[in-house]
Amino acid sequence: MGAFLTLGIISFLYKDNPWYKFCEALFVGISAGYWFCTVFWSQFVAKLWDNIYPTAGQPRQYVYLVGGILGLMMLLRLVPKIGWFSRWPLAFVVGGTAGAYLIGYALSNGMKQVKSTILPLWVSGNLNATVGNIILVVGTFCGLIYFFFSKEQKGTYGKVAKLGIFFLMITFGASFGYTVMARMSLLIGRMDFLFGTWLGLIK
Amino acid sequence: MEFWQKLLAIDRRIIFIFVAFAIIVPLFIIAPPGFLKKIDVSLPVQSLYDYVENLPPGSKIMIAFDYDPPTTPELQPMAVSFLKHCFTKDLKVIMLGLWPQGPVQAQFAMEREILVDEKIKAKNLQYGIDYVNLGFQAGNEFVILRMGTDIAAAFPVDYFGTRTKEIPLMKDVKNFDNIRLVYNISAGYPGTYEWVIFAGDRFGVKIAGGNTAVQYPHNSPYVQTGQLVGLLGGMAGAAGYEKVSGYLGKATKYMLSQAVSHAMVIFFIILGNLAYFITRGRKV
Repeated sequence: MGAFLTLGIISFLYKDNPWYKFCEALFVGISAGYWFCTVFWSQFVAKLWDNIYPTAGQPRQYVYLVGGILGLMMLLRLVPKIGWFSRWPLAFVVGGTAGAYLIGYALSNGMKQVKSTILPLWVSGNLNATVGNIILVVGTFCGLIYFFFSKEQKGTYGKVAKLGIFFLMITFGASFGYTVMARMSLLIGRMDFLFGTWLGLIK
Repeated sequence: MEFWQKLLAIDRRIIFIFVAFAIIVPLFIIAPPGFLKKIDVSLPVQSLYDYVENLPPGSKIMIAFDYDPPTTPELQPMAVSFLKHCFTKDLKVIMLGLWPQGPVQAQFAMEREILVDEKIKAKNLQYGIDYVNLGFQAGNEFVILRMGTDIAAAFPVDYFGTRTKEIPLMKDVKNFDNIRLVYNISAGYPGTYEWVIFAGDRFGVKIAGGNTAVQYPHNSPYVQTGQLVGLLGGMAGAAGYEKVSGYLGKATKYMLSQAVSHAMVIFFIILGNLAYFITRGRKV
């Protein structure tokens, strides 16, 4: 079954065909079903039902009804006349997430990252560290300049911004290279499955 | 139509065939020792290894399996070699997942690779004493926040339905204060980024990551700042950890295919650019 479905998906590389369509539809359907069951058992049953109707000896925790009611309000989006009810739980989710991330984001991505770019441009007796620090500081500065659009990017300012583009391009190139490695890894995994696990040709 | 123009108009399926050969053929070849020596152990890989190596026996390590089957070729070898290293060092391992299929991958790693390994068998590992699988918990980063105050409240029962508070290994574990390292193996959201923000920076626990290659550039800045103890990126990172820890596994086996397929891609990029510049300005 695994080999049949793998080959069906790979057959798309030749051209679109009914075998591929079947495998794709099966994948989407099973994924949706799997997620529905997972959410039902791990959230509705485990978080709501089991707390309202716990096993013998455990106290009922009615506070979980708040979450249940908010979830129900979210589903009211399906009824156009009272769909506006869904804005309340949505606001709750957006507000809660923003609040949780606000401090964390400022600390982890703001303060700590800025602090780590404040580096000495000369490290005595260590040429590698000196060159590395210069590249890091210059790259960060030029990259930031490129994204500052309040001043026209020409003259010396424009050249600094252009250097920033070079740093950005190198970054995107590295990301692309890693993406190629990731995609190749997935294909290697599938080929190992076909020729090793299925056909038994690879020891 | 001359050769270079024909090359520019080549059917992409021909390139697919070349790439397929570049991946399949090396799978049948045993990599020469010279190739294995050239597998790079990057600084973030080495620093993770060194950190684990210097932990005293009995230290508690948490591994978050935040991935699912599609990314197992890259991530499962990271899990296996890391688990082997931990158990060899007599560390206690707490496994869990913020992805529904993560704890299943943890079980696969234990049953198919760890518990059948001759060296690990000699350790006579006991579930609940040496390792535990706390299963999946919905809630993404908010589960991490909850774990910061009470892990048992975030994961009331383990993978098999046993109450967490009744598991011997978990009796002394209240929150992240009792964990020496959280190693997050991640294929996306929630993943290493969330563990850094909500566990590492907020509660001060040490974090390390094992990422798909796609994620690696996004998370590598956290290594330089010290927010991550170490970071494994893609199959190359997994092979690096296998090399440094001495447990050669699937990542090392796959690296020859990876290298040949990359060489093939680079060859086609150079060829395509050559064809473009030679034929530029000519009428087809």
